[in-house]
Amino acid sequence: MPHPNPTTPSPAPRRATLASALALPALLLAGLPARADWSLLNMPVGVTPVSREVYDLHMLILWICTIIAVATFGAMAYALVAFRKSKGAVADTNMTHSTAAEIIWTVIPVVILVFMAFQAAPALIRIEDTRNSEMTIKITGYQWKWEYEYLNEGVSLFSSLAADSNAARRKNAGIDPRSVENYLLEVDEPLVVPAGVKIRYLITANDVLHAWWVPDFAVKRDAIPGYVNEGWFQVDEPGIYRGQCAELCGKDHGFMPVVVKVVPKAEFDAWLAARKAPAAVAAAN
Amino acid sequence: MSTATTHGHAHDHHDDHHGPAKGLMRWVTTTNHKDIGTLYLVFALVMLFVGGAMALIIRLELFQPGLQFVNPDFFNQMTTMHALIMVFGMIMPAFVGFANWMIPMMIGAPDMALPRLNNWSFWILPFASGILVSTLFMDGGGPAGGWTLYPPLVLQTGNAFPFAIFAVHLLGMSSIMGAINIIVTIMNMRAPGMTLLKMPLFVWTWLITAYLLIGAMPVLAGGVTMLLTDQFFGTSFFSAAGGGDPVLFQHIFWFFGHPEVYIIILPAFGIVSQIIPTFSRKPLFGYDSMVYATASIGFLSYIVWAHHMFTVGMPLAGMMFFMLSTMLIAIPTGVKVFNWLSTMWRGSLTFETPMLFAIGFLFLFTIGGFSGLMLAITPADFQYHDTYFVVAHFHYVLVPGALFGALGGAYYWLPKWTGHMYDETLGKVHFWMSAIFVNVTFFPQHFLGLAGMPRRIPDYATQFADWNMVSSIGAFGFGFAQLLFVYVVIKCVRGGKPATAEVWDNPEGLEWTVPSPAPYHTFDEAPVIK
Ligand SMILES: [Cu+2]
Repeated sequence: MPHPNPTTPSPAPRRATLASALALPALLLAGLPARADWSLLNMPVGVTPVSREVYDLHMLILWICTIIAVATFGAMAYALVAFRKSKGAVADTNMTHSTAAEIIWTVIPVVILVFMAFQAAPALIRIEDTRNSEMTIKITGYQWKWEYEYLNEGVSLFSSLAADSNAARRKNAGIDPRSVENYLLEVDEPLVVPAGVKIRYLITANDVLHAWWVPDFAVKRDAIPGYVNEGWFQVDEPGIYRGQCAELCGKDHGFMPVVVKVVPKAEFDAWLAARKAPAAVAAAN
Repeated sequence: MSTATTHGHAHDHHDDHHGPAKGLMRWVTTTNHKDIGTLYLVFALVMLFVGGAMALIIRLELFQPGLQFVNPDFFNQMTTMHALIMVFGMIMPAFVGFANWMIPMMIGAPDMALPRLNNWSFWILPFASGILVSTLFMDGGGPAGGWTLYPPLVLQTGNAFPFAIFAVHLLGMSSIMGAINIIVTIMNMRAPGMTLLKMPLFVWTWLITAYLLIGAMPVLAGGVTMLLTDQFFGTSFFSAAGGGDPVLFQHIFWFFGHPEVYIIILPAFGIVSQIIPTFSRKPLFGYDSMVYATASIGFLSYIVWAHHMFTVGMPLAGMMFFMLSTMLIAIPTGVKVFNWLSTMWRGSLTFETPMLFAIGFLFLFTIGGFSGLMLAITPADFQYHDTYFVVAHFHYVLVPGALFGALGGAYYWLPKWTGHMYDETLGKVHFWMSAIFVNVTFFPQHFLGLAGMPRRIPDYATQFADWNMVSSIGAFGFGFAQLLFVYVVIKCVRGGKPATAEVWDNPEGLEWTVPSPAPYHTFDEAPVIK
């Protein structure tokens, strides 16, 4: 898997200068400049080969759009200033069509689109390539929790919203969400996976549609009852990564977070063995 | 394009004989295209505030993290109903209202071809919308599975379920009948000499829209009927347990849903294509290519539907096809934007309220176009999908796109409809408030989505709090700005500076050859087009 950006990504400051410029008036209007967190303006670079590739693709097209926007909006702004009747502009009523112009503004976008397609298509092929994975995890969505099964290991666990978030999210709970650490993004038991290993996941649902999404992995796939989807991720950096269910699944759709704890391989093996032990004991009895 | 020979208004005396009936029954029994147009427009304006109130409930709850005002289930009912009402009850009827008022006057026809059908297709609407809104008070609440009605979740709806399906059927019937009427009118009732390629662009965009409606609405009707039989008659179209497939519904829905996007935006393209030439004092640049671009958008809209479903687990070849076909839409859309720009180029511009809305449309719709192009890129879409980035994208297309088109059109033709000039100062204030607040509302939603906030959630992680607060402030500002519009309209209906027949500075089109207000019957005798 080629790494477009092998260095450890720095989360901020991101290159969203246009976005920042446009955001500024909105910010001033709300009187919130002191509290603004500029790292919350753009897509995370993420921690997987796929997420870095997706980020680069996102930035590429954002810049292409920005350049086209500057040119188009610049021309519009020029027209609005230069051709005002109040400044004495007289309409050139003979200017009604131009085949050359139509060809130019058809061909140039075609060239840009072909360029973008050639960037996006290989990335898509790599993202969809689930071969050569070292382990498989089955993810099942329920209203409203996730189940993770380590296939061929006999280990499985349920993962639901953490108790303190669950208490604070009740209507008029009287608990300030800001006082809860990782409000709505914490679970009782996270998915634990080893670092540096290509992990394939199979995903399905038990009741309605859900979608498993971790922004730092650039992984989002629907969980569909009766069908099994697949995908993969590989995280080299140990850490805790958070996401949420991304497909409307009923009243508590906003309250079924995804938390993935990535640990070094040895630590994972130990964790898995510990999880197996009680199960083995139970089976023996 | 078309110029009418001054045929005079010798038939004005007809008005005494064929004037409208008096009182309420005028509106119930009317078959007059102008009356029905007015009914559609007033209905759409009322529904703008019904759907808008729901949007404000959503933004109120999202003003701060934590749940303060509504329960999650009611929140989901609000997101679902807001969308259904704005799409089927507000923006589509608004454009049908414009079509009713303007298409006969623009092609020199005395009325719509099928006036009784016209009456019926309007009067279905209040009842259908009434049924839809009443579901909120039923046992189990209104539909809460999103306007996309995806199974299996939508099958968990309570007593409201069959009523919501019935309402969708009725709304679809109304649209199909409206579309048939528009096609028949345009195809058969053009004045002599009004060839297809002389028709004003608004007529063209509506002709293509009407064909999209006839193609798309029956597909939705089929899809929701299959939901109904799955729920009540033991079929398993969308249930894997019975050999069906939940994703099949998504394909059916979006085969309707993507043309629907263009059903909503094409009439706005048409209105903007009328406004910009008038206030640039220049004919529309590249008329023919505008017509062809509209037609290509109409065609492409039928082959891109699965870009709404990149995360369902399609085969690689499927994703490639839908990524590439979606990117193609940028080409005719770009042609349109560049043609509008060229229409203004070397023009003689003035900035009355309709022109302001058209220019606002041009800038802000284009932003929605850019985010649409980003969403087409499948690998990036895996990140954008079902986040606030998508919410920002389609609201840029629908609010400063479709709604600004409708508002611009309303200001443009209000003097023709009422015979009075609207209050230009208040109109401009309305525009600037709308343009500023629409950006305050929706621009930050791009950031929220990119930073990881899913859509359709009633509560969110605390790092999203600031931008949600900004967005909510914008939403309330935008909502109150629209009250100003109602005031301007009422003021204009009641009185104001009398409007001339031309209203604007030498505008093109047959509608400007009849007096203002337009007499109850126009073009009893067909005008002759040079
Ligand atoms: Cu879920």
